[in-house]
Amino acid sequence: MTLLIDLVLLAMLALTALRIIFLKDLFAVVMLFGIYSFLSALIFVNLDAVDVAFTEAAVGAGISTVLMLGTLALTGRNERECERSSLLPLLVVCVTGAVLIYGTLDMPPFGHADNPVHEHVAPRYIQDSPQEVGLPNMVTSVLASYRGFDTLGETVVVFSALIGVLALLGVRREDNSLTPESGLKSHLVLHVVAKLIIPMIILFALYVQFHGDFGPGGGFQAGVIAAAAFILYALVFGLPSAFSVVSPKFLQVMASLGVLLYASVGLYSMAKGGQFLDYNKLAANPIDGQHYGIIIIELGVGITVFAVMLSIFYAFSSQVARLNIR
Amino acid sequence: MSFILDYYNYWVVVFLMMTGFYIVISANNLVKRIVGLNIFQTSVFMLYISMGKVNGGTAPILVEGVDVYSNPLPHVLILTAIVVGVATTAVGLSLIVRIKRAYGTVEEHEFETQGDVI
Repeated sequence: MTLLIDLVLLAMLALTALRIIFLKDLFAVVMLFGIYSFLSALIFVNLDAVDVAFTEAAVGAGISTVLMLGTLALTGRNERECERSSLLPLLVVCVTGAVLIYGTLDMPPFGHADNPVHEHVAPRYIQDSPQEVGLPNMVTSVLASYRGFDTLGETVVVFSALIGVLALLGVRREDNSLTPESGLKSHLVLHVVAKLIIPMIILFALYVQFHGDFGPGGGFQAGVIAAAAFILYALVFGLPSAFSVVSPKFLQVMASLGVLLYASVGLYSMAKGGQFLDYNKLAANPIDGQHYGIIIIELGVGITVFAVMLSIFYAFSSQVARLNIR
Repeated sequence: MSFILDYYNYWVVVFLMMTGFYIVISANNLVKRIVGLNIFQTSVFMLYISMGKVNGGTAPILVEGVDVYSNPLPHVLILTAIVVGVATTAVGLSLIVRIKRAYGTVEEHEFETQGDVI
């Protein structure tokens, strides 16, 4: 049964990807990309990667699509025809694909329990992490504790991407009187539904944040879901109202505070006599220390991801608002 | 038959990878290129997750009475890669917005012949 589901999903993915090649309407391309992300999230569930599926659905299908649509609003909807021959790219792709398929023949067969990838460090994570870290979700244990330094690096990369976007675009605060009616003021149904849904999305984000130790979820997913709630607010009620709820300056402070919170846990554990990000030293009992450490750093990750995603959305949509004024 | 069952997942991943690669090198519109890059990226994620799968295993969350779990390490690597991926996509898209503002177009064959306006 799993095999059948897998085959159907993979076939749908291949069809979606093929369709994207030939479409000239970029709006449809971006929508198909959202579908592609959702389908790959389903495949991740089928391959037992529930945390990854969660992230792909929230980030790939949600935030990426919104950002691409924001870019389309600025750059135009249609791809222009070009007389350039597509023969050379096709040749390059076919040759590369053939080489890669030849390469896969040397790979260990799919799904076997004695593959090299399951040999060295993985059994340690699976067998010992519930005792050493005390969490049932091994993905969170590895992410936040065993590879905590790595995750700090990823958080810093997300933060620096924000710096890049702000340096390139910046968030412009127009005078409220000049801003045209943005948002969907005349749609009463949307207003009521959005008002009902937004608190629930935020509640769900908090659940994902704090339940991430026990089930799928964690700071990355929670940050994106919380940002989605505010993006919905900005889309329905207009950018100026969103700015007065969460101002861009506040978000920039939050983004850096999240990274600082994460790094300061590492420094605190050093001050307690351990190594950088050694949570065992945070409390008298090592398991309690692991719990405190993971909750705090997941909070730091969640705050940074939330602030970065929302700021990036602000940067793009304030460009669109500026274009509307012209 | 078992040969196909052992490898079909990798082959579909390679097909998706090449589709993304084709869009990146053949498309003229920069937004479409970013979409192609994202398709390529997602297929690499799928390759990693496929390698972590264990037949008969379950998601790596501790449950009473279950002994076989899929490998959590690729999941961790890919989870963070997805979030970093969207952050870098955002930087790419904002570069496109700047290109549009400088050259008035995002079609590569139209602005590659223009002089340096920045």
